[in-house]
Amino acid sequence: MLLRGIRAGAIASQQPGARKAELEREMGSSLRKSVHLVSDPENLDASVEEVFRMMLGVECVRTGQGRSAAGQAELESVTAVVGFGGMLSGACVFRSGASVAMKVAAKMTGMQFNEVDDTVKDGIGEICNMLAGTWKGRVPGLAAHCGLSVPAIITGRDYDLHVQAPEFQLEHTYRFDDAFFAVTIVCDSLQ
Amino acid sequence: MSEVRALIVDDSSVMRKIVERALRQAGLESLVVFEAGNGSEGLDVLKARTVDLILSDINMPAMDGLEFLRQIRLQKLAPDVPVVMITTESSEEHVRQAIEAGAQGYIRKPFTAEQVKERVLLLLRVA
Repeated sequence: MLLRGIRAGAIASQQPGARKAELEREMGSSLRKSVHLVSDPENLDASVEEVFRMMLGVECVRTGQGRSAAGQAELESVTAVVGFGGMLSGACVFRSGASVAMKVAAKMTGMQFNEVDDTVKDGIGEICNMLAGTWKGRVPGLAAHCGLSVPAIITGRDYDLHVQAPEFQLEHTYRFDDAFFAVTIVCDSLQ
Repeated sequence: MSEVRALIVDDSSVMRKIVERALRQAGLESLVVFEAGNGSEGLDVLKARTVDLILSDINMPAMDGLEFLRQIRLQKLAPDVPVVMITTESSEEHVRQAIEAGAQGYIRKPFTAEQVKERVLLLLRVA
């Protein structure tokens, strides 16, 4: 339900028009044919590295560790979701433990945090927004034909996000310093 | 450069602070910053204040950045004030729409303070 609402926001951000519909039809055909390019894991890795290097000044590396390294080991975790709408329907999901979320926000703002307050949630939402925007910008034909929703933030314990039968899903875990986080691209339909 | 009054419009308070920090790192001697959380709030600021520079996100709730730009021109607010869009949207189509709506500069998120400095100082010199 949450993902559905987020995607509806992303679809609403797309502007209507005959020209646009025509372009989407043209691009849709080629995008479906080039699903291997859309789902190229290197696009996600490059996007994460770029966003963290430019906004936090840290070098991120992809790790072979599972998602458990990125939040589930901590009692409280923070998840940001930005929906894709238009030619590609799905979401970009950032997930980390509370301490990593506070560390990310601290590096962004220069402030220190003792709890996941509104500023931390805002910062994590913006990171997810930039990850989603950078990722779609790296996929030929997707940047102009796929809208982004405003970020939604989920905090809590013992929860999981599940998408039924996605077209494709990329889930990578990354590390900077001693902080682990996971980024997921879920595509549940591709025109 | 004398006092510069900048309006920063972004629904993220963290991004507004980051943009403000980048402006200060650009070496503006005296910077006065006004903030707004969306285009509608940005219009309210422009009706009450005089600014030298506007930096705006595109994707925002209530009133997005492109509509904000159109309303600035329509309502003849802040004439001749340079506007820089700072956004995750990077396609040529989005850049074209922003320029058509009246933007003079475009910075893609993520950005460095150096990129903000280059664009802003150039526009302020021209203005």
